[in-house]
Amino acid sequence: MALLSFERKYRVRGGTLIGGDMFDFWVGPFYVGLFGVITALFATLGTMLIFYAASQGPTWNPWLISIAPPDLSYGLMMAPLKEGGFWQIITVCALISFVSWALREVEICRKLGMGYHVPVAFGVAILAYFTLVVVRPVLMGGWHFGFPYGIFSHLDWVSNTGYQYLHFHYNPAHMLAVTFFFTTTLALALHGALVLSATNPAAGEEVKTPEYEDTFFRDLIGYSVGTLGIHRVGLLLALNAGFWSAVCIVISGPLWTKGWPEWWTWWLNLPIWS
Amino acid sequence: MKKLATIALAGSLPLVMAACEVAPKTSEQTGYRGTGGNQIYVSDELDMPDVPAPPYELPEDTGGPRASEVYENVQVLGDVSVDEFNYLMAAITEWVSPDEGCNYCHNPANMASDEIYTKIVARRMIQMNQNINQEYGDHVGQVGVTCYTCHAGNNIPENVWTLPEDGGHPSIAGDLNGQNNPVIGTGYSSLPEHAVAQYLLNGDSLDGIRVQSNDMHPTDNDTTTMDTEATYSLMVHMSQALGVNCTYCHNTQSFGDWSISGPVRSTAWYGLQMVGNSNEEYVTPLTEWFPGNRLGPAGDPYKINCTTCHQGLRQPLGGYPMAQDYPALWNYSAPNAPIAPNMRPDQVRSPE
Repeated sequence: MALLSFERKYRVRGGTLIGGDMFDFWVGPFYVGLFGVITALFATLGTMLIFYAASQGPTWNPWLISIAPPDLSYGLMMAPLKEGGFWQIITVCALISFVSWALREVEICRKLGMGYHVPVAFGVAILAYFTLVVVRPVLMGGWHFGFPYGIFSHLDWVSNTGYQYLHFHYNPAHMLAVTFFFTTTLALALHGALVLSATNPAAGEEVKTPEYEDTFFRDLIGYSVGTLGIHRVGLLLALNAGFWSAVCIVISGPLWTKGWPEWWTWWLNLPIWS
Repeated sequence: MKKLATIALAGSLPLVMAACEVAPKTSEQTGYRGTGGNQIYVSDELDMPDVPAPPYELPEDTGGPRASEVYENVQVLGDVSVDEFNYLMAAITEWVSPDEGCNYCHNPANMASDEIYTKIVARRMIQMNQNINQEYGDHVGQVGVTCYTCHAGNNIPENVWTLPEDGGHPSIAGDLNGQNNPVIGTGYSSLPEHAVAQYLLNGDSLDGIRVQSNDMHPTDNDTTTMDTEATYSLMVHMSQALGVNCTYCHNTQSFGDWSISGPVRSTAWYGLQMVGNSNEEYVTPLTEWFPGNRLGPAGDPYKINCTTCHQGLRQPLGGYPMAQDYPALWNYSAPNAPIAPNMRPDQVRSPE
């Protein structure tokens, strides 16, 4: 679908959250707005800080660059730049630009006169990041508990943090999150395959209607959620994946310090059989 | 309907929270910042245990008579001064048999007699204690160990193990093959339960514990997944014993790589040698002296593992250097003294 077919509806005045008409402008096909400006500013500042912090580090190997949070001794205070301060400022820049981007999406929704599904969905992703680098560190009493900004280093952090609870796959919220992530990809694969099949018929045949799509899934699994419904299912699955990811890490430490397998002793100790 | 759902949610919240630890936490950084090397505890679990004070102030050794010159049949502590000998005996009574008193090991009518088996065991255990303090400084450092480190006022230390009973399952039905049984020693995981028996029985039984590959392509590593489980089970035992998580010693990027491991990993390595050696040299040879009720189902005596001393703490007794008050427990003067020169196992009896 060409962008221009809905541009007439999209390129309308108003719908801004603050500032009235002041920032109500486009760059080429892209709406900017006040929040677009803020996003651009803080995304640029954050990225430049990442490069500057990297330049103060031991390597330019893109895999190994790491901008780490401060030592635990700094608690919830500001740390010197090269001892975690960069991480703190970059985190603030990231959060401001993410939230501004979500608010820009809100303004676009208002221009289009549609619901806020897209900014809400992006908001859940921001919530997961916010939980990881703000909520959990604050609950644990130190910015130290944020994850480092680096390709390999953040993987090491995930590994070590997982092993702090012996076996993270026994974390009940992690179980839900992983299940939702996998189910999201499964649903997307099924949906994508269905749409591609329906819209790319064999030579000489016509493009298939949604009735064909429904019939295919009714034959296959006895039920079709429908053309609108599949997008609701997808949203539900994806939002739950992000939400339970946030839950699974925020309970690890603030609400549980031992191995996750041990948490399940509540089940073993139920009075029914113990 | 909405009301009902709200009530159900609100009602289930305390149940969900009951399975969590809401008490205040204490955290500690054990690795470079950003690596995720942290220990997190429920603060109450860090409370240090009470350590009994010495029975009285040890008089200075002025070169007076030795224990062996005053008492008969003193095999291990013979070159200790009489004062210190009595001081240590009083302490050991407090540590091991506070309720039974001296008579737990001695015949009150003839203190020199070896007729009660516990006295023979105690002799060997004193030798073990001296050996640990003298030879395993890499593990126990200047803190050292005393009988109390493990016994803590009990005849038998609370955390001991014996060999598993042999099979008894004629078919695979109901045979868990020593695993899939959630017990504390495996952190309630499905790992094999008897890793301690596999690795801590002898000084050399740690062979085969290294299961990780050193190369990107593990072509030389023919270890099966099942082989690796016992190693992980032993690691979980150590984690439980010390109340720490994996990152206390390891960087999980590569568990086997010493260059990125914490310095305490080497302390733990010496500890494994120490435990295996102590079981092999000091505990297992006592088998024939123990009465049946002091042996496990496979007929072997109760042995030590990491929990025996550590009891959930990183350093036993919170690192209190209790052994410094008992110089005789550092003096490895009679390592090979006979533990029962005039007795055979069939001649001893249990304390009354």
